[in-house]
Amino acid sequence: MSGYLLPRDRDPIGRTDTPIQITVDGTPVPGIAGQTVAGILLAAGRTSWRTTRSGAPRGVFCGIGACFDCFLTVNGVPDVRACRRRAADGDEIRTQSRQEGA
Amino acid sequence: MTQVLIIGAGPAGLAAAEHALEAGAEVTVLDQADAPGGQYHRMPPEVYAARHPRRWTELLGRCTWWPESTVWALENRKVHVLRGEPDGTGRRKHTIEPDALVLATGAHDRTLPFPGWQLPGVFTAGAAQALAKGERVAVGRRVLVAGAGPFLLPVAESLLQVGAEVVAVMEANPAATVLKGWGFPTAKAGELARYALTLARHRVPYHFGRVVVEARGDDRVREVVTARVRADWSVVPGTERTYEVDAVCVGHGFTPQPELAVAAGCLLDNGFVRVGDDQRTTVTDVFAAGEITGIGGAEAAAAEGAVAGCAAAGGTPSRELRNRRDRARAFAKRLARAHPIGAAWPGWLHDNTIICRCEETTYGALKDAIGSGPHALKLGTRAGLGPCQGRICGPTVAELCGGAERHHRPIVQPIRLGELADPKETHP
Repeated sequence: MSGYLLPRDRDPIGRTDTPIQITVDGTPVPGIAGQTVAGILLAAGRTSWRTTRSGAPRGVFCGIGACFDCFLTVNGVPDVRACRRRAADGDEIRTQSRQEGA
Repeated sequence: MTQVLIIGAGPAGLAAAEHALEAGAEVTVLDQADAPGGQYHRMPPEVYAARHPRRWTELLGRCTWWPESTVWALENRKVHVLRGEPDGTGRRKHTIEPDALVLATGAHDRTLPFPGWQLPGVFTAGAAQALAKGERVAVGRRVLVAGAGPFLLPVAESLLQVGAEVVAVMEANPAATVLKGWGFPTAKAGELARYALTLARHRVPYHFGRVVVEARGDDRVREVVTARVRADWSVVPGTERTYEVDAVCVGHGFTPQPELAVAAGCLLDNGFVRVGDDQRTTVTDVFAAGEITGIGGAEAAAAEGAVAGCAAAGGTPSRELRNRRDRARAFAKRLARAHPIGAAWPGWLHDNTIICRCEETTYGALKDAIGSGPHALKLGTRAGLGPCQGRICGPTVAELCGGAERHHRPIVQPIRLGELADPKETHP
């Protein structure tokens, strides 16, 4: 059980979905245009994508760019807040670790 | 013509823009987000092509509107802006020197720590709201919403609207405190009734006097333990109840984001920007409106923004505008009394509970360092020294260890070293 994107045909706001695809550590993950990287990952059932110094897993916490927990690497650029960055088709996402020597 | 720069396009900033224009100013509005509205009016992105009214197009058409614009520093009235993708590289650097500045930078959720709150699947109430309203993503299928404040109701509603099962909504304060504070009958009674109806229709129980005392799980939250609390939020032993969930959303009110006001040299009172009758701060030509002057919600923020915008443009805010603001503020004060934070909340912390999420500083380590002075406390425990610069743990550390929270962040928002070193300025 985890997060999900409300299916379009059940969404009363009547939206149009434009499929996109990103990769996360090389694995393709589908999403729709306009979603943040965090939104795509949560909807794909992932809750964490970063490890802290102690090795503990982290994902989204505040969702609005204040807590910096959801950092990941986008197309080679580290420390991007996943909750604030809209995903672009083909984005290559890498998960991050703050562990020593990792 | 007076040039007014408004930082933040939420309810306060947008009202400021409207009234600054009306008073004859040339107005620039900027926001970190790629759409106006702030957290309160967050909407699905344009590419979703949803049947959702797109507001403020006409208003912002009469302003210079800069979305995706981050103010990373402020020197006197010189505003340093980065424009481009959030946390991107090679964003364009600009400086603006307006005649008057309106700060409307808002607030973020305050979430008190509890054992296990660092587990993935534990979110602030605002995160659940932002993902549901902003992109139609539910943070989980079985979700518990808890904390304190009227905000928990719209959060639960947003989760229901994206089809999540809300197992319960828990307000920590007792019913008597909440109802007395709301002061029935109230202008907001209709809004409250609507939320109550929505919860009832979905059979979502709403509990007073219950809190989350622990989130459990290995790599993510699997279950959450709640307990009954007394009016001071001390836990009543033996009242624990466990729920199986895949997400927990917790919020205990809001923390203002006053870094820019601090950088401008404005005086604060208990973390909020001090303003006079026309929303003027203690610094000449710098005005402030919305949550950074006191947590009051969207209506109070807009009323303050209207006064600030008019005054910043050199106008005289009308009696009517001021009265509207005073009424909204009075209601906000009542609401704050309806949802106080109980002084005994640290009772649910254990010595190994994480307080600073970034540096994983525990309650035990903080307690050992109390009395060593603010600098030794920081360096010894590293609390507040991580990437969020104490935004999340700051108020909690200040409360647990004594002393005032410091909002001094010379680099207000992260800027990459390459961007900082690049001498190029882009001229608008």
